Amino acid sequence: MTPGRPGTSGAAAAPEPGTPGGRGRRLVPAYLATGGRERPRGTADFDRLTVLVSTDQRPPEMDFGPEHRRLWTLLRPGALTVVECAAHLGLPVSATVFLAADLVGGGHLLARSPVPKAEAIDRTLIERLLVGLRALP
Amino acid sequence: MDSVPSPEPATAPVAAPRPEPRTESRPEPGPGTVRYLPSTGQTLMKLVVTGPFGVGKTTLIRTLSEIPTLHTEEVMTTSSAGLDDLRGLPEKATTTVAVDFGRLTVPGDLVLYLFGTPGQERFFPLWQDIARGALGALVMADTRRLADSFPVMDMVEEQGLPYAVAVNRFPGAPAHSDEVLRRHLDLAPETPLVQCDARNRRDSIGTLIALGEYVLSRLTQDAP
Ligand SMILES: Nc1nc2c(ncn2[C@@H]2O[C@H](COP(=O)(O)OP(=O)(O)OP(=O)(O)O)[C@@H](O)[C@H]2O)c(=O)[nH]1
Ligand SMILES: [Mg+2]
Repeated sequence: MTPGRPGTSGAAAAPEPGTPGGRGRRLVPAYLATGGRERPRGTADFDRLTVLVSTDQRPPEMDFGPEHRRLWTLLRPGALTVVECAAHLGLPVSATVFLAADLVGGGHLLARSPVPKAEAIDRTLIERLLVGLRALP
Repeated sequence: MDSVPSPEPATAPVAAPRPEPRTESRPEPGPGTVRYLPSTGQTLMKLVVTGPFGVGKTTLIRTLSEIPTLHTEEVMTTSSAGLDDLRGLPEKATTTVAVDFGRLTVPGDLVLYLFGTPGQERFFPLWQDIARGALGALVMADTRRLADSFPVMDMVEEQGLPYAVAVNRFPGAPAHSDEVLRRHLDLAPETPLVQCDARNRRDSIGTLIALGEYVLSRLTQDAP
């Protein structure tokens, strides 16, 4: 894996032929792969609000470029969303998603899918939000 | 000797990782400057704050955000027909748009991200991308140029996103009753309208509550 990924700005989600038997629907809260041998997930699994955090596995220099390692280092002390990582690193969101997908694939980052997906915006959640907003100092 | 920075020792310890050659000189973000998420169990949601140029989007986000507002540079490919014709570029051109955002932790383990998106039509693809999965939108308006918010409202409606209108009160701008503003903005009766000062926290929270109540009412209606 080299740092210079093709700059497909359209983020054409790589098809995932390896998805066994069409299971693993994307709605399943996705703690993405941690096993170092897992192939990288498609970037389509990532959103601006996907939460990222580093694992203890430092990305080896021979496999990852400096930008990958900057992202991993940024996330050592705690969790941030993709869009916050992009802002702190001065990178476009699309580029940050590529880096994150590579690192998740290698077991160097963990990703938590943004909750909720559009379908999951329900009454309970909005009611909770309103209670919280009214309680704000 | 104190004023001369000592150069890198020629023989760095073997174990120490070599610092990356950096193209820019700003310090690497880290524990001192970055506000990490306090816990990983929170539910994250987003809202879009949109409206014409200079209407107070950034101000509202800054008022509400618990972190210093951040921004990303989003690269967009546009046809030059839609571009401000300053450079006379042929056919396709890439523009970079700054999208600022802030974060607001709400009691009950919720975190609201507020994205300030430019309301100009040529940014529609970017706008759509950011708005996907958002709870709703706050469309900001200025009483001195209400009509500037029309294209934004069209965009939000096209996206099918529930929205509330926040009329930002600027000093010296003419004051109008809600009723007059609704008529001039041609609002549907159910669309919330809130007058606010985007620099005021209570006002700004009020705009979020108005939008939240509206989103809830729509969900109630749609429920089987
Ligand atoms: N008096 C007053 N001034 C405001 C208010 N909101 C914004 N301003 C001022 O209006 C100017 C524009 O506000 P911004 O928040 O930058 O507007 P914006 O919509 O983010 O502007 P662009 O990103 O350039 O489109 C700034 O100088 C603000 O200080 C308000 O509620 N009251
Ligand atoms: Mg702004």
